[in-house]
Amino acid sequence: MKANCWYGKTMLSVEEVPDPQILNQRDAIVKITSTAICGSDLHLYNGFIPTMQKGDILGHEFMGEVVEVGREVHNLRVGDRVVVPFPIACGNCFFCQQQMFSLCENSNPNAWMAEKMFGHSPAGIFGYSHLTGGYAGGQAEYARVPFADVGPIKVPEHLADEQVLFLSDIFPTGYMGAEMCDIKPGDTIAIWGCGPVGQFSIRSAFLLGAERVIAIDQVPERLKMAQEGGAETINYEEQNVYEALMDMTGGRGPDACIDDVGLEAHTPGSIFAYDRIKQAMMLETDRPHALREAIMCCRNGGIISVIGVYGGFIDKFPMGSVMNRSLTIKTGQAHVQRYMRPLLQMIENGDIDPSFVITHRMSLKDAPEAYDMFKNKRDNCIKVVLKPNGYDNGYGAAAKDDSYVIH
Amino acid sequence: MSTKLQTGMMGQRNSSASDFEPSAFSSGGANYSVERAKPGLPSSSAKRLAKGLGWFSVGLGLAELLAPRAIANISGVSKERTGLIRLYGLRELAAGIAIFSQEKPTEAVWSRVAGDALDLVSLGVACTSPDAKRGRITFATANVLAVTALDVICAMQLSNGNHGIQAKASCIVNRPPDEVYNFWRNFQNLPRFMRHLESVEDLGEGRSHWVAKGPAGMSVEWDATIIADVPGEVITWRSQENSDVDHAGAVRFERATGGRGTIVKVNFQYNPIAGVIGASVAKLFGEEPEQQLDDDLRRFKQVMEVGEVVISDATLLGTGYMEQRPGRPAAASELEDADAMPSQTMTSYESERGSEGGMTQR
Repeated sequence: MKANCWYGKTMLSVEEVPDPQILNQRDAIVKITSTAICGSDLHLYNGFIPTMQKGDILGHEFMGEVVEVGREVHNLRVGDRVVVPFPIACGNCFFCQQQMFSLCENSNPNAWMAEKMFGHSPAGIFGYSHLTGGYAGGQAEYARVPFADVGPIKVPEHLADEQVLFLSDIFPTGYMGAEMCDIKPGDTIAIWGCGPVGQFSIRSAFLLGAERVIAIDQVPERLKMAQEGGAETINYEEQNVYEALMDMTGGRGPDACIDDVGLEAHTPGSIFAYDRIKQAMMLETDRPHALREAIMCCRNGGIISVIGVYGGFIDKFPMGSVMNRSLTIKTGQAHVQRYMRPLLQMIENGDIDPSFVITHRMSLKDAPEAYDMFKNKRDNCIKVVLKPNGYDNGYGAAAKDDSYVIH
Repeated sequence: MSTKLQTGMMGQRNSSASDFEPSAFSSGGANYSVERAKPGLPSSSAKRLAKGLGWFSVGLGLAELLAPRAIANISGVSKERTGLIRLYGLRELAAGIAIFSQEKPTEAVWSRVAGDALDLVSLGVACTSPDAKRGRITFATANVLAVTALDVICAMQLSNGNHGIQAKASCIVNRPPDEVYNFWRNFQNLPRFMRHLESVEDLGEGRSHWVAKGPAGMSVEWDATIIADVPGEVITWRSQENSDVDHAGAVRFERATGGRGTIVKVNFQYNPIAGVIGASVAKLFGEEPEQQLDDDLRRFKQVMEVGEVVISDATLLGTGYMEQRPGRPAAASELEDADAMPSQTMTSYESERGSEGGMTQR
């Protein structure tokens, strides 16, 4: 099959690799019909995530058709159309049983690497370095999906790929960012970052009952998309964010703030370099500009929801502001499996059509070009969907006729 | 008794592991710790621990001999058992004297472990008696278990040779202690998750035959005997005397709080014996034994909780740095070479156990 493989910083190659096989009895093999590039894939692309190995297949947002199931998978059949959540979760461990799927204790065979980095290991993730398991990713024609009896969700035929694809990551991620804000009627929610996840946080905050959403970014087309979602916007290159927010809220500050930015882990790592990981942990720091600003802006007793990805350690964290003003910080990789069913229901109800975020549709074979475009935000790129069989495979039927769609 | 080297080489045997200097006492870490004994290091802590256990033996032995009724009262056992308690007192006293009379009391401390097992069984039997005071018996059992742990640690340290490997690790498994114990007690299950083992065969009556993967394609074999076996609580075993390998292991099962399954604590010890086989033993557990035992327990947890060892594309060949292959599917030829293909060689624990162990929230 063809797959998008990582070979180093900004070095990708779509090449022929062996087809995946069932390795565990609860696996399924999925023939991928649509797959997307995530903002967090750019961290890998830019070489900032340690424990990548040449030849790793990228991609953790994908869906397709089940073509094979392992002996212990009883809920899926060959031919089922499924969306696959990005965290891999067993369903049996302490955390899975509490619906905290991104903390699964059994799905990361390389947990020891993550323990060195984080103290404890989170769940395995598709196509996201060896630190999270070293699973082949979904920017390919086929993928092996472990614990297929727990993760993948069947989707109805009347919904197009592009309407359900983002159940794999960015819709639940943006939604969880908003849900952690514990939104009450009349709340004002400020959101840092208007990338794809930020866009879903904006819409989710409204779905969860927020009265006002204020979105912060500097990219005009992203701010425009935020406004279309109902948000007021602040361009941080033009305005002082703190002053603007205080002005908008009478000096009290937003009730909750969502960090949808995160930061790139500046970690020049390589697969054999445990010492490098440690070194990076001790010497390098992430740059939490958005997080610091969110804390300083949040109202007394408010909530800071951190859904943007952080990799290591941060400096000059305003703990005094957090403590003295009774702030609550909530965070986590999205527990996608927990949200897929209710969010699919919202899509079916017509409460939201996630395909609004797509700006580009391309063939899998053009993945390297797509990454370059996405990284440099060329051509107003916000979200790219890749089609393993080329773009015109019939699934594009749901393409929305709005200004962001470039055909 | 079967010890052989499959490559045909025959190592020089040494009759007793206790000829070797024991290692220094390893104080242990939060999760796991490892001690690679350094030649010539004084064994003061292990010996100090042994002396302490000796005094404990003498003290308890005297109390049991002279005041069996008081002991019966404290431990909640029927007053009619004073004869048996006196006998156990003699045993304790003998163990204490043995510890003090030997320069290196390895065997005496191991005999204490066996005694502990007897105590635990007796307390279990006492519990069924109509005039038993269950609360006190539980308290006594907890105390004996604590002493058992000390005895095992001390005995393993005393047994430790010059290039011995000693590792301990723990994990928490989301299954009840009895089930976790039963799976472990079935020693032939161990190679499912312990990478250095090829097979373990149960020979009955507490005896088992172990085959481990040695370096350079050799395999190393030995027989082991169970020393202590308390269902749902503890299993300790040790290689038989005159084996090519001096191995001891202990595993304890503790009920986790709030019905959150079982905390499993494992101690492993491999001591080399002079000769080719002995020299290879140090390598059985790989370059990083502590990491390997930790990884073994992670696989154990996977087998118990999800039914089999979980593998990714990168970890087909193992989970170490050197074994990582790219995160991409393996070619058929590569799959044939991979000896670590648990799903191909193992029956699924899940399917053995039936559907009862499946998802609970779906």
